[in-house]
Amino acid sequence: MPGPNRKPGAKPKNAKKTLRRILGYLTEKKILLGIVLILIAFSSLAQIVGASFLKVVIDDYITPLSMNYTSELMAGFIRVLVFIGGIYLIGAASTYIYSRLMLTISTNTLYKLRTDLFRKMESLPIKYFDTHTHGELMSRYTNDTDSLREMLSNSVANIISSSISVVGVFIMMVIYSWQLTIVVILMLFVILRLIKFIGGKSGMYFGKQQQNIGIVNGYIEEMIEGQKVVKVFCHENESKEEFDKLNSALCEASTSANTYANILMPIMGNLSHIQYAITAIVGGILTINGVISLGTVISFLQFTRNFTMPITQMSQQFNAILTAMAGAERIFEMIDETPEEDNGYVTLVYAKKNSDGTLVESNKRTGIWAWKHPHKDGTITYTEVRGEVEFDDVVFGYDENKIVLRDVSLYAKPGQKIAFVGSTGAGKTTITNLINRFYDVPDGKIRYDGININKIKKDDLRRSMAMVLQDTHLFTGTIMENIRYGKLDATDEEVIAAAKLANADFFISHLPQGYDTMITSDGTNLSQGQRQLLAIARAAVADPPVLILDEATSSIDTRTERLIEKGMDSLMVGRTVFVIAHRLSTVRNSNAIMVLENGEIIERGDHDDLIAQKGKYYQLYTGMFELS
Amino acid sequence: MIKKLAPCVGEYKKYAILTPIVMIGEVVMEVLIPFVMAKIIDVGIRGTGGIDYTVKMGLLMVLMAMISLGFGAIGGRLAAIAAMGFAKNVRKSLFDKVQDFSFANVDRFSTASLVTRLTTDVTNTQNAFMMLIRMAARAPIMLIGATIMAISINSKLAIIFLIAIPVLGFSLFFIIKNAHPRFGKMLKKYDEMNSKVQENLVGIRVVKAFVREKQENEKFDAGADAVRKAQVFAEKLVICNMPIMQICMYGCIVAVLWFGGNMVIDGSFDIGELSSFISYVTQILMSLMMLSMIFIMVIISRASVTRIVEVLDEEIDIKDNEKALDLKVKDGSIEFKNVSFSYSNDKEKLALENINLSIQSGETIGIIGGTGSGKTSLVQLIPRLYDVMEGELCVGGENVKDYSLVELRNSVAMVLQKNVLFSGTIKENLMWGDEHATQEEIEEACKSACAHDFVMSFPDGYETDLGQGGVNVSGGQKQRLTIARALLKKPKIVILDDSTSAVDTATDAKIRKAFREKLKGTTTIIIAQRIASVCDADRIIVMEDGKIDAFGTHDELMKNNKIYQEVYESQQKGE
Repeated sequence: MPGPNRKPGAKPKNAKKTLRRILGYLTEKKILLGIVLILIAFSSLAQIVGASFLKVVIDDYITPLSMNYTSELMAGFIRVLVFIGGIYLIGAASTYIYSRLMLTISTNTLYKLRTDLFRKMESLPIKYFDTHTHGELMSRYTNDTDSLREMLSNSVANIISSSISVVGVFIMMVIYSWQLTIVVILMLFVILRLIKFIGGKSGMYFGKQQQNIGIVNGYIEEMIEGQKVVKVFCHENESKEEFDKLNSALCEASTSANTYANILMPIMGNLSHIQYAITAIVGGILTINGVISLGTVISFLQFTRNFTMPITQMSQQFNAILTAMAGAERIFEMIDETPEEDNGYVTLVYAKKNSDGTLVESNKRTGIWAWKHPHKDGTITYTEVRGEVEFDDVVFGYDENKIVLRDVSLYAKPGQKIAFVGSTGAGKTTITNLINRFYDVPDGKIRYDGININKIKKDDLRRSMAMVLQDTHLFTGTIMENIRYGKLDATDEEVIAAAKLANADFFISHLPQGYDTMITSDGTNLSQGQRQLLAIARAAVADPPVLILDEATSSIDTRTERLIEKGMDSLMVGRTVFVIAHRLSTVRNSNAIMVLENGEIIERGDHDDLIAQKGKYYQLYTGMFELS
Repeated sequence: MIKKLAPCVGEYKKYAILTPIVMIGEVVMEVLIPFVMAKIIDVGIRGTGGIDYTVKMGLLMVLMAMISLGFGAIGGRLAAIAAMGFAKNVRKSLFDKVQDFSFANVDRFSTASLVTRLTTDVTNTQNAFMMLIRMAARAPIMLIGATIMAISINSKLAIIFLIAIPVLGFSLFFIIKNAHPRFGKMLKKYDEMNSKVQENLVGIRVVKAFVREKQENEKFDAGADAVRKAQVFAEKLVICNMPIMQICMYGCIVAVLWFGGNMVIDGSFDIGELSSFISYVTQILMSLMMLSMIFIMVIISRASVTRIVEVLDEEIDIKDNEKALDLKVKDGSIEFKNVSFSYSNDKEKLALENINLSIQSGETIGIIGGTGSGKTSLVQLIPRLYDVMEGELCVGGENVKDYSLVELRNSVAMVLQKNVLFSGTIKENLMWGDEHATQEEIEEACKSACAHDFVMSFPDGYETDLGQGGVNVSGGQKQRLTIARALLKKPKIVILDDSTSAVDTATDAKIRKAFREKLKGTTTIIIAQRIASVCDADRIIVMEDGKIDAFGTHDELMKNNKIYQEVYESQQKGE
């Protein structure tokens, strides 16, 4: 399991494979990408051709014209200028069109990546979320996609055009003067060595800076999180002093890192000036000796700039590309995760009862649900959904070495209320997570209405039961939409009826916007109790035969709990209910109470039985033992 | 806005001023180089200078490039020192400010937003600052220098710039102006999409339990598509930058070739000068481009600067009273006189209404009431975590506002409802209460809080490392440690705000017993959900809707108070 301290690496592990996959996304629109490539080539070539025609203009027209003016030559001069202008215009137009197309391609690629990522996320097993922090997964959508966006909108076009420029200019240089080309290439080696040296230093210090940023941010988070405690203990000065130390260390590291980054540009820029000067001297000597023409030198000097600049630019893009690759790799890693497996074939259908008591499938909601069970011999049987749950020697562990549940057997008759009691980590929540197959059981069997739950399609299994958790988890949207989450085709009347059942209608109708009140960021504009009531209403509208209440009322004070109690009770009528509760008052009236310890059911029975047994439950009940 | 941040440059001021000055050196060299170039061609190669002159001028140019390199490198170094130092100071003043925040100040900003302001926003500001000091001098000087050079070479030809510069400048300005709000919209859509992700991460069990993956996917698709459209809408403007720049530059070159060429033909202009003139075309337009980049950077960072300044500008509403700093808290008596309080300072939204209450030194007081009844608000006023809105609150016979905050808060130990332990060992955390505490004193406090036994059960005992946020202990253990931490202050008043909710009833009773025996003379206030936690207090306050509904002993309340009876009844079923 990657720990919370895992720093997002800056270097991709397998750059080639990742690059190929990004290209895969990009080349979905092959024709568009082809056009982009051609246009980039146009745009770069326009620059090169334009520069090379400087020589033609100066040598073939301006110089002769200044000595001997002829109208013919003048007409040629105009023609060449129009030609250059035309080429430049095509270049600028190409630049615009390829940028625009590239924008479409890159935004579509990001859209595709994001939706692929989200779809995969929704399909992953709960186990995956247990082993990855929210922050870690969130950064796939933020940091990692951002760096990829950066690369797609800047680096890709830049690198292609730079490469074309470099190759094109090189060819032109060789054609114009191989002697001067050698001079340029020699200088280029010096420049590249320097880039490598400075780049290495800068990379090292940036690593150090990242580390220090991590430390400082961690401290800031902790101290702001605990600011009220700091206040209560008058600890302000101590925490300021500690911060000063960390802050200074960060300042030192980031100064070094940025120094190297900052000096890269002047060094590169001026080395190209020196290259320019040396080329000029050599070119001057060659001109005086008559080896090459004056126009050649002038054009060539233009080339040297067009040659070094893209190389420097590419070296600057390199870091951005590495970061983007590392990000893309993390995104693909998640996209490649195996989704929840589901080999179930028993499905949930609406059913009608014939007069002889047999069930027939119906395409309308009838109030009766049935399991449609196709058998190997082609026959189909229908079993009414009643909410009978049976555990048969179930053994389970979140990882193989750590068993959480040992030989758990239990039987819940339809309409019974079964409670689980025990300290944190005893395995209460685990049991309910197995019923709805958040986790799969390797050993032992769980049967639902007599059917092994592994045979039931996961979606249908979950649709047949509703959960109310301690953390309510509401979604952005109106109250109406949030309750309707339980049953998407519920009418407004059904929603209101469910809210009434859960005792939530009272407070909702007192809100200024009533059922249209927007819930923002997980319902922070409502009180804990109100959120809980909505969660209960959400379960009520789903109207399932099985209900799971996992610490549903533990963050509500006892008086408020009594207000909800009525709603809860009416919700539980006629359903099989599994209750996990911290507060024993909530479980008292259950048909059966299971006391769990270290993954084993150590006591079972109803309240009176267990009190009479004077065992663990009795101890808990009389407050002799710690629960949390 | 900028004025507010200027003092943060502080001791780095000389670097911040030197950077642009050194940059001038670099730019001057860069502007002069094409001029020397022209001399090489005109005088050296074509004219009378000959090979000697060419080499001499070439070497001069190398020298100038070296100087320029030197200036550039020094400037880069200075800029790094100045910008990182500036960032350090901004971070420090933000952190110090937040440390001085009162509870009310903290409530106004969310924790997450404060963290963003201290991290991301500082980084953005730092980058903009560095860009500014490096480029702000460079770009305009290059623009002016190159223009002067171009004019000095051929003033008639330089008229071309009179057309080109305004055209390019206006286009860039137009793009920036229109793109900015579009990027704002894009970021908003982006936030919306991310909160959708966040929501699904947190509520994945609900999504799966209700089998809503398909609907969530569709909702996310819509969000991602909105981001895509907003990004296209914003960036399609920005991508015009490059082609417009190219058109201007290419247009200038062709114009220079035509007009300049004709001048050469007339004999009034020189070929070498013509080519150096073209170099200046590039420099002038490039520097305009650079200026527009600076503008974009400044605009982007403006939002961050605003958020930083908001924190720095936040008025700290609870400050030490200057005049009575050495007043000592003499005992643990507490008196509320007609106290009203509102978190938003709004008379319509009172959290506490007209509270009158007198507690004697050494009494044990229980407080009971539903969520939102004002229990926490009431006790938070005692150590002046918030100030009363109306009325007067006295501790030890003096108004709380007359004590220094340190004196008051050292005398009133409060164990918060949402409490935290910090990374470090258990001992380090406990010593927050008293940095000079001896091992015996620490153990004594832990015994009172029923924490000693479980601490000793850890292999490292008091040296056990807690990890960030105290993750290595259970909820009940954490609560007991925070109680021990408060006891080490040896306060005159101890307030437990629902601080034993995760502790089992037996241990809870043990803690209360220890309090009674060891903290005689210390006023103890206990807020609790469970009647059992408060029933043996000297007196119990029942709160309802920000008012005191009743104040009396357990027996009295059982007889006369309806709310108390109800709560009692609701808990009798189970516990």
